[in-house]
Amino acid sequence: MDIFIQVIVTGIATGGVYGLIALGFVLIFKATGILNLATGAFMTLGAYICLTVLGRFGAPFWVAFLCTLGFAIVMGIVLERIILRPLIGEPIISVVMVTIGLSSILQGLTHVIWSPEYRSFPEIFPPEPLDLGFAIVPSGLLWGFVFAALGTIVFILIFKLTRTGVAMRATASDQQAALSMGISVRWIFALSWSYGAVAAVIGGIVIGNISGISIYLGDIGLKVLAVIILGGLDSIGGAILGGLIIGILENLAGLYLDPVFGGGVKDVAPFFILVLIIMIRPYGLFGKKIIERV
Amino acid sequence: MRCGDFKESYIKDEGIFQSIFVKFWLGLFILFLLILPLVADAYVLYVANLIGFAIIGAVGLNILTGFTGQISLGHAAFVGVGGYTAAILITRFDFSFWLALPCAGFVAAGAGLIIGIPSLRVKGLYLCMATLAAQFIFEFIFIHWESMTHGIRGINIPAPTLGGFTLDTEKRFYFLTLVMVVIAVTFARNLIRSKVGRAFVAIRDRDLAAEIMGISLFRYKLTAFAISSFYAGVAGALWVSFMRIVTPEHFPFHLSIQYLAMVIVGGMGSVLGSIFGAVFMILTPEALNVLSAALSKMLPAIGQLFIPMKAVVFGALIVFFLIFEPLGLAEIWRRIKTFFLLWPFSY
Repeated sequence: MDIFIQVIVTGIATGGVYGLIALGFVLIFKATGILNLATGAFMTLGAYICLTVLGRFGAPFWVAFLCTLGFAIVMGIVLERIILRPLIGEPIISVVMVTIGLSSILQGLTHVIWSPEYRSFPEIFPPEPLDLGFAIVPSGLLWGFVFAALGTIVFILIFKLTRTGVAMRATASDQQAALSMGISVRWIFALSWSYGAVAAVIGGIVIGNISGISIYLGDIGLKVLAVIILGGLDSIGGAILGGLIIGILENLAGLYLDPVFGGGVKDVAPFFILVLIIMIRPYGLFGKKIIERV
Repeated sequence: MRCGDFKESYIKDEGIFQSIFVKFWLGLFILFLLILPLVADAYVLYVANLIGFAIIGAVGLNILTGFTGQISLGHAAFVGVGGYTAAILITRFDFSFWLALPCAGFVAAGAGLIIGIPSLRVKGLYLCMATLAAQFIFEFIFIHWESMTHGIRGINIPAPTLGGFTLDTEKRFYFLTLVMVVIAVTFARNLIRSKVGRAFVAIRDRDLAAEIMGISLFRYKLTAFAISSFYAGVAGALWVSFMRIVTPEHFPFHLSIQYLAMVIVGGMGSVLGSIFGAVFMILTPEALNVLSAALSKMLPAIGQLFIPMKAVVFGALIVFFLIFEPLGLAEIWRRIKTFFLLWPFSY
């Protein structure tokens, strides 16, 4: 029983991080209708930039963190402008493939700039694990969860309270109406990309903290697809809840099924869940039920 | 002077060989392909073989994605299913290669039918993700079904033989590849002209309208998945017999993307386009290899940068074609042809 609770707690902590990365997908999808498969590459890039600012220039963590966020904002706006905007209105396959191509470019560049060997993050957070009495949370996961939760709350507040947030929600619900109310939909698109990139790089930094940095760090971005499908592609709340559920299920699958299949179940379990959700309830828990059935 | 190409009947318009010039040039091209192994060295033939397998796979994916409009991010999984089926049948059940080849195709087609089931319920992004999940699930199976696939150690396969003649060199295998490519392309080209092909295109253009016109979406979508996976399976079986080993690393997610890139760069919805795409996407990294070998002699530091640069070039090609030439190389080819066809009176 003890190990069961421990796994659940680990799952929740991992799930929080998944939720944050999922937010990166959802923010972009909600406003622009694009599924950004380059999220993984954004994560890797963000983690490396943060690491470089920390290591090369010896800056304190918060400076490095802010630098990375600034970079993500600029990158989001630039990428939207030069790559995504020409493809507005093109078929889905073009848009999906362009994000995959983008991912390949970014991954290649990361590889060129930083050599591919594995690196560990310098110690930023106190390394003591948190003892809850019934379970122990390792330090990386704990701080990752804290960061993810803070990031998520900030994003939700921006969405609910600020003018930009309202404009983003308006664009998501009806582009033409938003346009006629004087909202610059173009600017909102660019902004959604930079918010999405910010969520992704925070996720990257957190993951880099937990498990070290390599150019394959971004592979986790694909697993998060299961999270956003479960939560519903355009639901922020769904992304967070979905993240927790997938985090728990994945760790449980790892615990109970790994001995049966000889390892690796943890990494593939989200994809099984993904297929199941698509078969049973493609709009997920909270998604808009406007999926065209065939 | 021939100025334009005018057809007077639908039969002529649908013809594979549009004019006597096409027949002539095609004949010359086939002749070139037959002579190539006599003059080329092993490396060129190795690349030629790879191009052949890529063409078969890309034509298959184009039938599904380009003609039927169903996005698949899991094509490599079917190539893998074909490869593993062939390997297991040959090594464990003593099948001859010639029997294992179609079997690999049919098993892959069966897998394709299963993965195609979600396409009956969802489309677009959701289908995209379902096939992506399939890719990772199959990869997991390849690695963890140890008793069948031998996990990451892989399976060694003997070279195929044809009446005492072993196809164990690049040159000998080349002829097999060439024949298979010709069969695959001819079949695809004819399929597109048939009732089935027209149904595919109708589904791509507007599935609801297609259903109303009496095209059974259920039947034709699954047919598209099955045919596409059959091609993938055959490509996989050929590939592993050529390499004479099969391991799970042969069929990563990246390979699926590569096939999609071939289809996009070549031109979606064009058989000729998939050929162009396959040739182009195989030759580009090889060209980079040659270039890096040449450059690293002069500047040793640059050589190391070329491996990741391949990924950058690969991604840049996809992005470039999608933004500037969405119809791909086939469209460029058509423009060049039209230019010369109408020259000098292009108005």
